[in-house]
Amino acid sequence: MEAAQQRAILFDLTRCSGCGKCVEACMQKQGFEGDPSKVKDMSATAYCSLNTVSNPEDSDDEYTYRDLCRHCVEPSCVSVCPVGALDKTELGPVVYDADKCMGCRYCMTACPFNVPRYEWDSPVPTVRKCDMCFDLQSKGEDTACATACSYGATICGTREELLEEARSRIEEDPDDYYPHIYGEHEVGGTSVLFLSPFPVEELGFDPKLGTDPMPVYTWRVLEKIPGVAITAGATMCALWWLTNRRNAVRDHEAREKIQAKAAKAAKKNGSNHEENGHG
Amino acid sequence: MASAVARPLSFWRGIFYLLLGTGLVLTVIRFTQGLGAVTNLSDRYPWGLWIGFDLLCGVGLAAGGFVITAAVYIFHIERLRPIARPALLTAFLGYLLVMVALMFDLGRPWNIWHPMVMWNPTSVMFEVAWCVMLYSTVLALEFSGMVFEKFRWKRAAKVQKILTIPLVILGVMLSTLHQSSLGTMYLIVPGKLHALWYSPMLPILFFVSAVSVGLAMVIVESKLSSRAFGRGLEMPILTEVGRVLVGALGLYGFMRIFDLFNRGMLGEAFTFSYESSMFLVEFGLGVILPMVILASSRRRASEKWLYAGSLFAVMGFVVNRMNVSMTGFEGAQGGHYIPSWAEVMITLMLVAVGFAAFSWIVNNFPVYPEEAKEPEVATREPAGVPEAETTAPWERVLIER
Ligand code: SF4
Ligand code: SF4
Repeated sequence: MEAAQQRAILFDLTRCSGCGKCVEACMQKQGFEGDPSKVKDMSATAYCSLNTVSNPEDSDDEYTYRDLCRHCVEPSCVSVCPVGALDKTELGPVVYDADKCMGCRYCMTACPFNVPRYEWDSPVPTVRKCDMCFDLQSKGEDTACATACSYGATICGTREELLEEARSRIEEDPDDYYPHIYGEHEVGGTSVLFLSPFPVEELGFDPKLGTDPMPVYTWRVLEKIPGVAITAGATMCALWWLTNRRNAVRDHEAREKIQAKAAKAAKKNGSNHEENGHG
Repeated sequence: MASAVARPLSFWRGIFYLLLGTGLVLTVIRFTQGLGAVTNLSDRYPWGLWIGFDLLCGVGLAAGGFVITAAVYIFHIERLRPIARPALLTAFLGYLLVMVALMFDLGRPWNIWHPMVMWNPTSVMFEVAWCVMLYSTVLALEFSGMVFEKFRWKRAAKVQKILTIPLVILGVMLSTLHQSSLGTMYLIVPGKLHALWYSPMLPILFFVSAVSVGLAMVIVESKLSSRAFGRGLEMPILTEVGRVLVGALGLYGFMRIFDLFNRGMLGEAFTFSYESSMFLVEFGLGVILPMVILASSRRRASEKWLYAGSLFAVMGFVVNRMNVSMTGFEGAQGGHYIPSWAEVMITLMLVAVGFAAFSWIVNNFPVYPEEAKEPEVATREPAGVPEAETTAPWERVLIER
């Protein structure tokens, strides 16, 4: 499926009241214990969190934003997992299969948004992160968080629909929005899009990251591997043959020299003999 | 005599058992309570000492194996032959230890074989996993020559000998790939790794630094085993290795500086911030200092200086790998990661076991050329066991002479 048709989430900072219903719904759906209002950061038992960010021009002007897996269009986590335990589904959500996972935690290191969490205190640990309610969405239902939000701050749809919606929101109230849809192009595009009244680096959309999908950085090198391997192998074979040959030639020449010397000496001795004999 | 030998012996024996005992207890805790119970790893720092030191340094320090075997068998530099087998053994043990360390670090180590059947070619880790598996097999086959020789399995030894060249070539290919791939692994984190270490050249820098530290390790290890086994040093050979080491370090140093300059980061190196200081330690200790020491041919010919220079190169290398894997992340990730004492203890236990295994193998297999000639008569005579035999073989490597 084209990325445009994949399921996605749009989060609008200007509409969020900070009520925390999305976090609560998420934890309920996943069966996590704990107080949703206390969730300040994602964890192994909280797949999304609410945090505040203030307007850089007016520190009293505070907004709430959600942090969760961005379900990148070309996810780093999927590309780095050595065993394919993480998968970008056709439907859109990035899902995890604990039975495949070997626990190397490269996904955690690689994720540009620091999303995956780990069960550090379990002898049989798993990677934990939002799966965009893959089960619900497969049945055509919205995510638990989108259903719970009564302000239209978290909404669910195809990526195309949501980009459309975001554009029209910016167009209708240009004063309320910074004219940028975070996640449209960043790191190759994400499936969780953000609208904000001001530029926000807190969302993890580091301008340094650019718009190339992250997996490109490693793939650029990985695709050269067959070539490098063959070149290294061929060079080694050639060098082996060359130095072997050089040594053989050197030995041969040395031997010839010795033989020639010996022959000369013999000849000399012989002629000496002859001279002696004649003399 | 006996008491003079016995004292350091029991001291080192004590240390060894202490490490082993503590390590084993911690191992039990690690596998019953999870990684969190023994490590300082967290969601912010999912990789720590076991990746930064045990994996990155372990693999790098084992590079001597492929460098020396290539020199002897591919470049036909015959005078290096006496040090080929010890270098091979170090590499073999190094890789075995890396795999054991991974069993500790992986959250689900029982799935360690999954990359064999669940392929994901876009993953650098997938490639590293395959290379480590294949290269360990190659090293085992290369090492098997010593086993065949010892048990006088003539036919097997012959086959092994024929396979030597293809094995060495395969070893060089695999090493080239995964030494550099350990650097490629970090290319996916341009936003997290500090610019003093993040570079598109990481794969090449990792490879070149591994080659030079491989050479340095050959010298360090020769020195250590000459002490432990009371062997003479092959000084002319090692001096030669030291000369190549200066060249390799020079190349690496030049590439590192050129790369920083190219990316406009050279100024950053001298701001004396936390990162800049760590970079200066790494570069000064591991590149400049050994080059200055080993530049003079007189010092290269001196046992002490040669050893010192090589040791600095090894230490600088270790600092570099720790910087890439830990220091470089602290700016972006916030806070600090400091390994827990348990992480350190388990690492030390693995190192100690490595020493022990090296020593045991040297005492039982024809690793060093002189020993190749000695028949095993001594060990067959139970009566009148020589004094040295009553000590565990691994201990001999630890004895100060
Ligand atoms: S945000 Fe991180 S965990 Fe989520 S899909 Fe992207 S790379 Fe994967
Ligand atoms: S921890 Fe598991 S899911 Fe993450 S990269 Fe490693 S194997 Fe894949």
